[in-house]
Amino acid sequence: MEQTLTHSNLRSPDIHGTVAEFETVADLKAAANAARKNGYVEMDAYSPFPIHGLTEAMGWKNNVVPWIVALSGITGTITGISLEYYTAVIDYPMNVGGKPIFTLPMFFVPMFEFTVLFSAFGAFFGMWALNGLPRYHHPIFSTPHFERATCDRFFLCIEAKDPKYDSDEVAAFLSKLNPLNVSEVEEPEL
Amino acid sequence: MAVQEQLPREILIGGEQNYGSVNQIIDKVILNNGLHRKWFYITLLLGVMGTGLMLVSIGWLLYMGIGIWGNQIPVGWAWDIVNFVWWIGIGHAGTLISAILLLLRQQWRNSINRFAEAMTIFAVMCAGMYPLLHTGRPWVDYWLFPYPNILGLWPQYRSPLFWDVCAVSTYFTVSLLFWYMGLVPDMASLRDRATNKFAKYGYAIACLGWRGSAKHWHRYEQANLLLAGFATPLVLSVHSTVSFDFAMSVVPGWNPTIFPPYFVAGAVYGGFAMVLNFAIPIRKAYKLEDLITMKHIDWMCKIMLATSLIVFYGYAMEVFFGWYSGSKGEIDLTVYRMVGEYKLEYWMLIFCNCVAPQTMWFPKLRQNLWVVWIVAAIAGLGMWLERFVIIPMCLQINPLPAIDRPYHPTIWDIALFTGTIGFFTMLMMLFVRALPTINIFEVKDLLYKTIRSEGKSEIIKPATAVGVE
Repeated sequence: MEQTLTHSNLRSPDIHGTVAEFETVADLKAAANAARKNGYVEMDAYSPFPIHGLTEAMGWKNNVVPWIVALSGITGTITGISLEYYTAVIDYPMNVGGKPIFTLPMFFVPMFEFTVLFSAFGAFFGMWALNGLPRYHHPIFSTPHFERATCDRFFLCIEAKDPKYDSDEVAAFLSKLNPLNVSEVEEPEL
Repeated sequence: MAVQEQLPREILIGGEQNYGSVNQIIDKVILNNGLHRKWFYITLLLGVMGTGLMLVSIGWLLYMGIGIWGNQIPVGWAWDIVNFVWWIGIGHAGTLISAILLLLRQQWRNSINRFAEAMTIFAVMCAGMYPLLHTGRPWVDYWLFPYPNILGLWPQYRSPLFWDVCAVSTYFTVSLLFWYMGLVPDMASLRDRATNKFAKYGYAIACLGWRGSAKHWHRYEQANLLLAGFATPLVLSVHSTVSFDFAMSVVPGWNPTIFPPYFVAGAVYGGFAMVLNFAIPIRKAYKLEDLITMKHIDWMCKIMLATSLIVFYGYAMEVFFGWYSGSKGEIDLTVYRMVGEYKLEYWMLIFCNCVAPQTMWFPKLRQNLWVVWIVAAIAGLGMWLERFVIIPMCLQINPLPAIDRPYHPTIWDIALFTGTIGFFTMLMMLFVRALPTINIFEVKDLLYKTIRSEGKSEIIKPATAVGVE
């Protein structure tokens, strides 16, 4: 579908963004850097493997996962020790060979395992939740050749929600960055 | 932290590869049906038969009770615990490769980690079965966990047996999460490559709609690294805890302080041996030589050698502790091991774990896949014998000689053990068939890093056309 909108205020709401396809990591990184310098903020890149420095190039920062893991780890430690304390000290104290009722060295292993288990849950589920996955569909999948984003192609999408987004300008801008092709991607019809 | 040194590409990735050809090499094993030859189906069939044997053994055990095993007081722990410890040890190589080597930034791990992680999961499944069945009434195994119950009872936290419950169940859960997380981007890749409709739908659902977004990769890597950070102390804690089952008791031969590190080293030794036993034939059968290179095999052999020296030290220390203790029970046990009824097993153990791996000192022999495979198989046997020598042997000799009683396994002990080997083989074969045996995205990442460090262009024409066969 040809889109010939010239003014950002008139942009059609069913556009997801403009996507450029690149052949190499170097091109993608250069493009992300150029887009950030050009003032675009709402963009995303798609690649078959993690590329270090790409999110910095896009000007995007997010360090929530480590905090989630730290909090779940602490929760795990507290859960482990309080479970042991309540059950073995308060609810049913039992004298085993004259040893103290509360013995941290003996209570350490379950506490440690609780910490690890909770942190792992935090890392795993927290990461998927922040990423918004599982997700049934995403407009980016209708980009031409996008099946190669999991193989050997690199994509940069400047999204329509960007305040500076203008279909023609973005397409012209991306075309200068040595892409294999540039295409406009629509939101799927509901 | 290890020194971050970029190894030349040809050491870790053979041939002229580009991102696409890496995909082709790994995908073809799953997407090209014709690649699976007769040996695949024969091994799978053997695995299925073994699984059948396992199910029959479990069924008979549930019907009759654990009296069908050779366990008899004073030998209350025998093959069931031997096999539990053996299997869980095998699993540890997977976590070692995937977590510890990730933290140490050992890039060579990238093509063997998936494989080893799968091994971990399946080995822990086989391992976990044993203590659950050993309780005698597996239908009330939930009693192992702390939950409010009508009896008002709680688990005993001072017991290493409860630590074991925590450690093994946490280990299985964390390994499964780690493995699945690693599979998600690769399953997305298979979703985009698959032509078969069912395969496509299956991978599409399993990969959770992964689209390779840079933002997702960023969080993904953070989570992955953190999981690896937790898995590392976890794996060390699991086998230490397993060794506490013995070391915290006062049974002669069970309480040397060297047990935790020596158990961990033994686990790594046996685990790497199992990785080699499976990786060598699969590498050959599916032509993965470009990704699992001779360098990988060489390094795994060296790890086997190093850990075998640690366990050798452990055996020497056991003898020393026995003598130094001055206790009659300890000395009797040490002598009984060497000259008693099971002396053959003891000396075989010394041969398998201390003598045979010495061949790995020679680079020529490390390059000979037959020698490596045989030494690895011997190592697997040796580790089993080690647990046999430790567990039932120690219980036969007691501080009170009147209760000494020899132990003999029954046909059901052997059947269940053979069955779990079959079950493991079946799961490994199904894994090779259905999921990428090599981590696709990590190999590409490695390829990119080596290309960048050499300052070459990423646009490479593969030297040989691969995949289309």
